[in-house]
Amino acid sequence: MELTTVWFILIAVLWIGYFVLEGFDFGVGILLRILGRDEPERRAILRTIGPVWDGNEVWLLVAGGATFAAFPEWYATLFSGFYLALFAILVALIFRGIAIEYRNKRPDPAWRSRWDWAITGGSFTAALLWGVAFGNIVQGVPIDANKQFTGTFFTLLNPYGILGGLTTLLLFTTHGAVFLALKSEGVIRERANRAAWLIGLPTAVVAVAFLAWTQLIRGDAASAIIAALAAAAFVGGIAANRVRREGWAFLGSAAAIALAVVSLFVALFPDVMPSSTDAAYSLTTTNASSTEYTLTIMTVVAVLFTPLVLLYQGWTYWVFRKRISVPPATPER
Amino acid sequence: MDPLLLARWQFGITTVYHFLLVPITIGLSFIVAGFQTAWFRTGDEKYLRLTRFFGDLFLINFALGVVTGIVQEFQFGMNWSAYSRYVGDIFGAPLAMEGLLAFFLESTFLGLWIFGWGRLSKGLHLATIWITATGTLLSAYFILAANSWMQHPVGYEVNAAAGRAELKDIMAVLLNSTNMVTFPHTIAAAFMTAGAFVTGVALWRLLRRGDEDGPTFRTAARVGAVIVLVSGVAVAVSGDAQARLMTQQQPMKMAAAEALFETSQPASFSLFTIGSLNGSKELFSIRVPGLLSFLATGSFDGKVEGINNIQARYVQEYGPGDYTPNTPITYWTFRLMIGLGALAGIAALWFLWALRKGRLPGRLAVTTAILLPFLPLVANSLGWLFTEIGRQPWIVFGLMTTPLGVTPGSSALVVLFTLVGFTLLYGVLGLIEIGLIARRVRAGLAPPEPPAGSHDEGEPALALGY
Ligand code: HDD
Ligand code: HEM
Ligand code: HEM
Repeated sequence: MELTTVWFILIAVLWIGYFVLEGFDFGVGILLRILGRDEPERRAILRTIGPVWDGNEVWLLVAGGATFAAFPEWYATLFSGFYLALFAILVALIFRGIAIEYRNKRPDPAWRSRWDWAITGGSFTAALLWGVAFGNIVQGVPIDANKQFTGTFFTLLNPYGILGGLTTLLLFTTHGAVFLALKSEGVIRERANRAAWLIGLPTAVVAVAFLAWTQLIRGDAASAIIAALAAAAFVGGIAANRVRREGWAFLGSAAAIALAVVSLFVALFPDVMPSSTDAAYSLTTTNASSTEYTLTIMTVVAVLFTPLVLLYQGWTYWVFRKRISVPPATPER
Repeated sequence: MDPLLLARWQFGITTVYHFLLVPITIGLSFIVAGFQTAWFRTGDEKYLRLTRFFGDLFLINFALGVVTGIVQEFQFGMNWSAYSRYVGDIFGAPLAMEGLLAFFLESTFLGLWIFGWGRLSKGLHLATIWITATGTLLSAYFILAANSWMQHPVGYEVNAAAGRAELKDIMAVLLNSTNMVTFPHTIAAAFMTAGAFVTGVALWRLLRRGDEDGPTFRTAARVGAVIVLVSGVAVAVSGDAQARLMTQQQPMKMAAAEALFETSQPASFSLFTIGSLNGSKELFSIRVPGLLSFLATGSFDGKVEGINNIQARYVQEYGPGDYTPNTPITYWTFRLMIGLGALAGIAALWFLWALRKGRLPGRLAVTTAILLPFLPLVANSLGWLFTEIGRQPWIVFGLMTTPLGVTPGSSALVVLFTLVGFTLLYGVLGLIEIGLIARRVRAGLAPPEPPAGSHDEGEPALALGY
């Protein structure tokens, strides 16, 4: 296989890692204020993602860094082109990261409530905008002969892009609810289980619409089949959740997200960022890539270290595998 | 307004801000690991309490370091897309390696450390903070390799047909001679900053609060002061090596550091100068004969090339243009970096002396203690300002000038908007962080038992958990 194709696949893997992992902590953040009705409940909810959310976010940083190393033109066009959208995502991620770490540093309820809004708002915005961004990548944006994006922020706000945003927003929210049901006990588990069901149904409808529309834009048989599998995994997940097989439900929603990303990347290939101005200007795995030499080095590094990362991140999940329950009322300190 | 200027301000502000947090994170991770090791080995509760106290402060700082780092990762693409296209084949590699090798390690094991109290065995739990600290070093190494390449590009060839620089030798990039001096200097400076932070906080508790935990804070203050002194020496030694290398690799930067316009042998070093704004005429200055020669060449009568000479040489080599960086800025940032570091060293020495055999320093020490952490912290920013501004007009020395690196056709309004946005956001977050640190310091040491940690649900430790 061409190294450029290998790296196209590896970039897809990094985004899958990011969306599957940070997807659920976005979802937990979005649902925080709804499922957690008082302080001990919210605290318990946040404890389900506490040890892992930062490690999850690093998948994004590595996806960014790897794109820079393997496809510099893609990195340059994407992040300069989607400038304001990316700015909004960065602000959302900043608020949310700081909020998760700082909310418990003071017992003051007003302080905590403000940070809870930041967690919810930040998670919501990022979950929505990632979908908008990916929708637009797949659909194609105006790119000129110099590989420059020539549109504006509003170019991104087209119906298909917005549907993509709704899809990720809903998918991540369901995924978060399923995760919470898996990781908690008592009232939180009950509520999360119910939320996953209630949100899961509309999510299925929106996601199928989005994947179907994608097929109209740039589909092929392979990506259509994978999209269908994603839908099946998702429906299976919600069904498992309904009968309280939470482990299976989580596996289902995780697989659905992973397959949906695969389906988008398969539809995209061999482009990495199609141009809507002229197909000849599209960025592809070959005209956007680094040299053979750089790709070889990066492949060696990735092959050596990715398994190690998976091993210790997996171990973290094992260490914190117990369900979290709301502690009996204790005096605040 | 010029989008280039705005993009530069944006990069400068966000990066300097990120680097206010970074040195404390790097140094403090090791100091906390050291305290925890002392507890592990001796079982003395004093060390456990220090681990938790400074651990809390470390975490408050770390959080802001992480979120400002995310911005850094994407800025090259946002504002400097032409630069990214031109050097991505080389520059992207260390960046990606930093993520894969360092950020995963830091973030995952820090999560384990925060929530692992009482859940992991004591030894394993201790290992997690050491791994986190190692992660910060790896991260510094790779990002400084990237930066060193901009200062002194190696291991590449320009491919004119593709219109970009291409990597030929990754080991040359990773083992760049520039990084071999920059990394030790930066890490030593980080330890100096964190040591000063620990001393400042501990002394303030000791003198201002005079609480029953006096002996514990006395230990911390002395540990911190010793770290300041030892790393201060390392900073000077590595800085000296750096100056000599820089004279070979970027002679213009050395000349600008002294605002030396004419080639001199021997060259004196001025401690202080009053002169014209662009630094070309001096009215008054205090000079140490031969010192610049020594810094630049290692010998007190070595020859140091002046700005005018180098400028003429560069015009021949690179074509017409102005290759002189802003001399007043390079002149003062260089001096103040060294001066503030020296002040911090003197203060640390004084504290060690004043704390000997159960004594306490006088009233003046309270103010000095509060100021102490800021001395090396500001010296760090000045060092970076010197390094980066002294490199101008190059974004990659000898290869690409800064105006060529900026995103073409970017709108001044949009860049201004995000510049103001980041600045305001960072300003507010900075105030919140300072408030939280002050609050945590005022609260003092936590009770001696280990944090309840993650017993299945339990109320987690005061601030270590959630
Ligand atoms: C000498 C050290 C050093 C330097 C020059 C920089 N950083 Fe940094 N960075 C660190 C040392 C560090 C660190 C010690 O590893 C941090 C500080 C706080 C933290 O959490 O890790 C970090 C955090 C950090 C993060 C968040 C990592 C996470 O989520 O755990 C990112 C994405 C970056 N940095 C990226 C950058 C970029 C792109 C830089 C160049 C402009 C940069 N940093 C300069
Ligand atoms: C590996 C790390 C770094 C890289 C790759 C890097 C890269 C750059 C780039 C691309 C610019 C834009 C050119 C310009 O504005 O002139 C720049 C400028 C600048 N950087 Fe760095 N930098 C790094 C680290 C730092 C750090 C840690 C600091 C300080 C804390 C810093 C301070 C600055 C400043 C102040 C400028 C503005 C200089 C000017 O505009 O004249 N840099 N750097
Ligand atoms: C004897 C004292 C010192 C000397 C001779 C010295 C020398 C230098 C030199 C020559 C550079 C520029 C390197 C380049 O651009 O290639 C530099 C940069 C720097 N200095 Fe210093 N320095 C001293 C003290 C300090 C102190 C006290 C601090 C902070 C605590 C500090 C922090 C930095 C930092 C962060 C940089 C930028 C990163 C780098 O290029 O290493 N320095 N120093």
